[in-house]
Amino acid sequence: MRNMRMSLAPRRAVAALAAVLLAGSVAACGNSDTGAGGGGGDDKIVLGFSQVGAESGWRTANTNSIKEAAAEAGIDLKFDDAQQKQENQIKAIRNYIQQKVDVIAFSPVVESGWDTVLKEAKDAGIPVILTDRAVDSADKSLYKTFLGSDFVKEGRLSGEWLVENSKDATGDVNIVELQGTTGSAPANDRKKGFGEAIAADPKLKVIASQSGDFTRAGGKQVMEQFLKAHPKIDVLFAHNDDMGLGALEAITAAGKVPGKDITIITIDAVKDGMQALADGKFNFIAECSPLLGPQLMDLAKKVHAGEEVPPRIETEETTFTQEQAKTALPNRKY
Amino acid sequence: MSERLKPILSHRLFWPLAVLAVMVVANTIYRPGFLAVEVNNGHLYGTPIDILRLSAPLILVGLGMTLVIATGGIDLSVGSICAISGAIACLHISEASDQNSLVTVFTALAMALGAALVLGAWNGVLVSVIGIQPIIATLILMVAGRGLAQLVTEGQIITINSGPYRAIGLGHFLTLPLAIFIALGAALLVAALTRRTALGMIIESVGGNREASRLAGIRSSRMVFLVYVVSAACAAVAGFMMTANVSSADGNNAGLWVELDAILAVVIGGTSLAGGRFYLSGTIVGALIIQTLTTTVYAMNISPQTALLFKAVVVIAVCLIQAPAFRAKFGRRGRGTPPPAAPAQPRQKEEVTA
Repeated sequence: MRNMRMSLAPRRAVAALAAVLLAGSVAACGNSDTGAGGGGGDDKIVLGFSQVGAESGWRTANTNSIKEAAAEAGIDLKFDDAQQKQENQIKAIRNYIQQKVDVIAFSPVVESGWDTVLKEAKDAGIPVILTDRAVDSADKSLYKTFLGSDFVKEGRLSGEWLVENSKDATGDVNIVELQGTTGSAPANDRKKGFGEAIAADPKLKVIASQSGDFTRAGGKQVMEQFLKAHPKIDVLFAHNDDMGLGALEAITAAGKVPGKDITIITIDAVKDGMQALADGKFNFIAECSPLLGPQLMDLAKKVHAGEEVPPRIETEETTFTQEQAKTALPNRKY
Repeated sequence: MSERLKPILSHRLFWPLAVLAVMVVANTIYRPGFLAVEVNNGHLYGTPIDILRLSAPLILVGLGMTLVIATGGIDLSVGSICAISGAIACLHISEASDQNSLVTVFTALAMALGAALVLGAWNGVLVSVIGIQPIIATLILMVAGRGLAQLVTEGQIITINSGPYRAIGLGHFLTLPLAIFIALGAALLVAALTRRTALGMIIESVGGNREASRLAGIRSSRMVFLVYVVSAACAAVAGFMMTANVSSADGNNAGLWVELDAILAVVIGGTSLAGGRFYLSGTIVGALIIQTLTTTVYAMNISPQTALLFKAVVVIAVCLIQAPAFRAKFGRRGRGTPPPAAPAQPRQKEEVTA
């Protein structure tokens, strides 16, 4: 009896698992139709936008910026949330093609697998704009332009600030690095840009580099060990604010003063990070802005009018020092 | 000589503890200061303390998971429950006028714990009353629960500034982190309830054969229901620790994949996934091994790309070394002692195992 149960159990489990997953995907299909009805008609530009999901505060700010900018620019926005799934996004784009929207924009969930659906859009004569993330299609004519942050540049700006500010240092400057999720584009590119910039000064040495998975808990746990393994740490470079914020706690617990004993450089400039910068706990933040809505609406108008646009457009971004953070903080949206 | 060593070698905690010891020794060779503990601000401060503190949430989740697995079930939803309970508690505190008020913090904890109990009851009903396979029943909440946590936090990271709440993760008692005592207290409580009463045996008998236990007069369904509720409660407290540790609730990442770590800790500890017997002390050692492994990666600065491979190799080694059949084949070949066939070993009742 028991043996029989054991042998049947996995098979039943697999069947039931399949059923649940199927139900999940059917349910997901259901809500991508929300944008249906009324494409075109009046002379407003209709923009179909497919968002990755709502996985972080950064993404939420990104969504809000696009919605607000569309309303301000008088563009009729059809918005779809793909819930991190490529098939939802492809379905949404096909919907937009059927509805004959004027412009399609989307943040690709993954880099590959877009050629077919982009070809369909091209054949239908609808221009496509990529936002925030790129695709790896060999045929660059499938989309008009890619609007997004330059992660390498963010890393480079951070490194350049450090080179500038450690000119007077005598002896080695020991740097520890908190990387983002292993293998992700922002982690790879920020590491690369930072490394290139600090190569200008041989005093600057990265003595340890670990992944903190872009989370506060991860940043904290890694920093705790860095502090114990390396008695002399001068600089912390974190690939995002959250890991830096986690590391702050570890540094304080070790009896050191963040921002003074250890110089902290991060990327993103979310509200909590800006607060830490204004409070003097961080020293420098390179912005990675989700507020690309206004730029996107401009582009949508241009490509709709048939104007030429550059194939790669960077999001308008800046950097913050402690003084700049104090001024900018009251107006931060995210 | 070998006769005298035999009871030690055959103790089911011997190999997990040996692995733990090897990791500590390797770390100490790499960096002699690994075991150093100093007094900093009146608290003990050092890597061993970090490992104990950081493994506390995993120990808690593992305790609940051990009981669930003992009944032949599995609870995949614990990570999501950690995120939900942490999010509810932090949300309530963040909205309070005085975040440091004890009343606020205890209300927050009670609300979050209540929500977790409801979720645990939901799992319990699905498995025990409706009879859905545990892996499926809890998978629902594992996936949907992340969404719930994000609904609570509205996709943002909620940052709080509350001394009493922070103490759950970072406070100290007798110079040691409070989290260690919470985990230890929970372990002792579960051990006392299951091993000093018949409850543990009843859980094991339900896991061995639910129908036979029912016919023998045990309310099997009620026991199964209860272990899921207990598991959710443990996960909730672990969720408090995780969020208190960084004073913020992150619906996406709090407790992410902790269910898999907990299952691993249970398995390393010698509890069979088929159900029918469980070892709380083994789970605790398993949790310590997993945390030590993570800390080792950071302390030795193993590159993130190779770290995953390194962890996998160590975990495979731990599992192999624990398997009597594997040891019989490769370990004792030279000595000529006949390998004990694992399934034929008599099942012994364990004493209190925490």
